[in-house]
Amino acid sequence: MERTEAELIAAALKGDPASFEPLVQKYSPRVFATARRYARLEREVEDIAQEVWVKAFQKLGSFRGEAPFEHWLMRLAVRTCYDFLRAHQRNRESAFSELSEPEDDWLERFAAAPDSVNEQADAAKQLVERVLAQMSPPGRLIITLLEIEDRSVKEIAQLTGWSVPLVKVRAYRARAEMRKILAHIAKDKYL
Amino acid sequence: MNLEPLQQKLLAAARAHPPADHVPYAFEKRIRAHLSALPPVDLAALWARALWRAAVPCVAFTLLLATWSFAPVPVSPTTEDLSQQFEQTLLAAADQLEESW
Repeated sequence: MERTEAELIAAALKGDPASFEPLVQKYSPRVFATARRYARLEREVEDIAQEVWVKAFQKLGSFRGEAPFEHWLMRLAVRTCYDFLRAHQRNRESAFSELSEPEDDWLERFAAAPDSVNEQADAAKQLVERVLAQMSPPGRLIITLLEIEDRSVKEIAQLTGWSVPLVKVRAYRARAEMRKILAHIAKDKYL
Repeated sequence: MNLEPLQQKLLAAARAHPPADHVPYAFEKRIRAHLSALPPVDLAALWARALWRAAVPCVAFTLLLATWSFAPVPVSPTTEDLSQQFEQTLLAAADQLEESW
């Protein structure tokens, strides 16, 4: 008979890592998808995912079972990703002169006719990744959660542990930061 | 170039390309092995480590206070000591009262 999530958690709380395995199997796709939003290298993604699960096992005592396990785990995952961004902020990309040829072409086409360019293009994806990689850790986190994952301010406050007003202030700053980076690209390219 | 539409276009591009959710082969086995290999949490060791970390700033603060207390105090130009000044101040009102009699 298959054990319920609550039973698995109770067994893991007693220090049995084998009971934790089905939970890892079930929720790892979400943890990996979250980690891939913030880390580019697969090695870094695996490190983040591993850290999330180790933390989850060690802090399982703080899970009170009032909300679903998945919500608690995702809070842990987002906070671990934020720690990763802060630890790696020195490695933020700096060279806009190194735009690839497709990215360059996409920007030129956008400058000529903004409505006709395709946002599904790989070049657009690469460009947005480049811009996000330039942003500060709180800016990147907020833009990802608010604008890309389309989460509400309240949800973000719960995920990050920040207050609602702080989320709003950081969202405002993050949008401005992103525009500043885009202005830098435009200036480099068109002025 | 108008930045607002560019920003919106790029955000739409990011929304159109959600990250992959594939998990490396036998990842859960790896986590299980990792968790089994973890040493049990030793609260006494954690407490001792925290105390050792706190010891350094405490010693530095003590040394700072010791240096300050042993530093030569600049000599006051007045010859009267503090107790005399204090007594005079305290009894100033009584002195004035005596003079008015």
